[in-house]
Order: sequence, then C-alpha cells, then structure tokens
Amino acid sequence: MQIGILYSRIRKDEKLLLGELRERGHEVTKIDVRKERFGLESTTADVADLDLVVDRCLSTSRSLYATEFLDSYGVPVVNAPETGDVCADKAKNSLALAEADIPTPATEVAFTKETAMEAIEEFGYPCVLKPVVGSWGRLMAKIDTRSAAEAILEHKETLGHYEHKVFYIQEFVDKPGRDIRVLAVDGEPVAAMTRSSDHWLTNAAKGGETQSFELDDRALELVERASAAVGGGMLGVDLMEVGVEPEADTGETGGAGSGEYTVHEVNHTVEFKALNTATDVDVPAKVVDWLEAKAAAAAGDDAAEAHT
Amino acid sequence: MTSDTDPVMAEDPITGEEIELPADVEVGEIIDSPVTGTELEVISLDPVVLEEAPELEEDWGE
Repeated sequence: MQIGILYSRIRKDEKLLLGELRERGHEVTKIDVRKERFGLESTTADVADLDLVVDRCLSTSRSLYATEFLDSYGVPVVNAPETGDVCADKAKNSLALAEADIPTPATEVAFTKETAMEAIEEFGYPCVLKPVVGSWGRLMAKIDTRSAAEAILEHKETLGHYEHKVFYIQEFVDKPGRDIRVLAVDGEPVAAMTRSSDHWLTNAAKGGETQSFELDDRALELVERASAAVGGGMLGVDLMEVGVEPEADTGETGGAGSGEYTVHEVNHTVEFKALNTATDVDVPAKVVDWLEAKAAAAAGDDAAEAHT
Repeated sequence: MTSDTDPVMAEDPITGEEIELPADVEVGEIIDSPVTGTELEVISLDPVVLEEAPELEEDWGE
C-alpha cells in the first residue's frame, strides 16, 4: 500500500513507524507540512495515489489544519480531524469524556482572573491549572496557596497568548506516584505502561520512569469508551488510579489495589517510543497492522462508492 | 547516494566540524550534535545538509 506520513520532525517514533512500513514493502511518502500549501480544492502535497495518510505532526495547529484539508479532498487520514479537534483542546477533551459518562477529574473553565480565582478557591488547595492546548506537562501548575494562584493568574493574563486567558482548572488527583499511558487503536489496547515520578508530573517527557502495565477489565472498558468518546483512532489514553494509598502501591503491574480509575486525557498524535521500550510489545508492528486494516477499509469504501 | 550501511558524514552547521550520522538517517530527523549537543535537523541527504533545528513551540506535543 502507499502510505503518506504528515510530519515536520522525524522523531524516534516516526523512525520506528517508517522502518516497519518499509520492511513490509509499503511505499511511504513523507509529507513535510512546512513545505506544502493547502488550497480549497487541492494541495501541493503529492497525495493523489495514497491509500492512507498518517498524521504525525508535532505541531498541533499544523496537525489540525493539514488533516482537515486532506479530509476535504477525500484523502483517508488517521487520525480523523474530528478526533484531533477534540483531543487537541483539554476543555473539549474533558467535555467529551464527561458526556460519555467516563470518570474524569472535576474541571472548570473560566475566562477572567476573578472567576478563575473563585473556581480555584472552590476546588481548594492543591488544585491544577493547565493550558487548554499543550503537551508534555508544559506550563502546568499545581497551585498550593491563594498567593501562588494570584501570581500565576496575573502572569497568565498579562503575558499569555489569548489561549492562556482560558483558565482550565482541575481538581488535583492524588495518584499513587504514577499514571497510566495506554496506546490504543480504535479502542483496542496495543500496550500500556505506568509513568512514575516523585514529582507530581509523571509524564515520560518529564523524565517519569516507565514500566509495563497490565490493564484490568475496568481499565480495558474505560480505554474503549474513551476512544469512542473522541471519535476513535490511534490514541494515547491517560488514566490515573484513584483511591490507592501510596503504601498500597507495590509498583507491580496490574493495578493491584486500585479498582477505579479516572481518565484525564486522550492524545491524538501519540508518541510510542517509551512504550516500545517499556513493554514486550512490538508497538510499531501493531500500529502498522492497524494502518493496513484502515487502508484496506478505506479502499473498500472507495470501491463501494464506485459501484453506487 | 548513501546506502544503509555507509556511515553518513556531515558538517556541523554551528561548529563546522565533520560529524557522523546514523547510517539510516532520514530527511527531517533531528540529530543531537556530538560537538555541542545542539539539535540539528537533517535538511537533505544528497548532499547531506544539516541546519539548527527549530526551537520548541508552544503547540508541540502529542
């Protein structure tokens, strides 16, 4: 099959993907979105013969627009722009999870310092303030006191881009020193790991230690539902265990002693190099299995349309 | 042209020193300069051209 990869930076993740695709004999077209233009009817990118395009843009804004344009030309693209739209914005992400009745941290959005402060005081301390767009734990604040809240809100209002004036405030979830990252394709888990740190931010990008994790039935159910809630695709579903005392956490796989989870985020251009290292799963192989199935399904749709 | 097994040599755009890249290097790949640690982007492979990689931007991530 002919696969297009939208990118602006080839990370280890894209390299793993490219290697697996080429090893299987697929023809890969790398599309550097920085070099292309996207018109209302067509693009300078060579997409006409592609069976499927995979969005691996590092930049969220480029990802959202490029997939939207490709979709408008009828080019099959994963993830779908609708999924990206929900996942790229933490407020939309939280709303989608809540609408699907999936446990997710209590969240409020406010547009002024004053109303943000009201929300923070109602949550109590500590609570968390996040940018609505952003990743890797960047610019996230755990707020421990009123004076810290005042300072952060003033800085954000004065210095920030307009998106920083959308104050996204969330309860602080007292997780057992780790959270769980699941890579899933259309709701089916490929691999899962914990990310542990003494710091409240446990992201692998922040240096959290990773370890393979075996999902229990409840986690499997939540991953499937969270995927469906944002429109499906290749996703990084992030969960935290709730109701676990730190001393009850043995550090072993399987979520022993947890029983319940909260889903705090679903990511649409998921990185998987850490999962590939932390688990026994050949992640790029599983991802390419899924891409092959998506391309075949897209070809089937085209054939069906041609017959009608 | 390079093959998958040939070492790929390039000039570090910051220091001018000759540096070795992975044999399977890709256009668009980011390389840490072994000299300065600076992130370098592979602009082309034939000839091999490196440039200082773009700075991290606020909407980068997953």
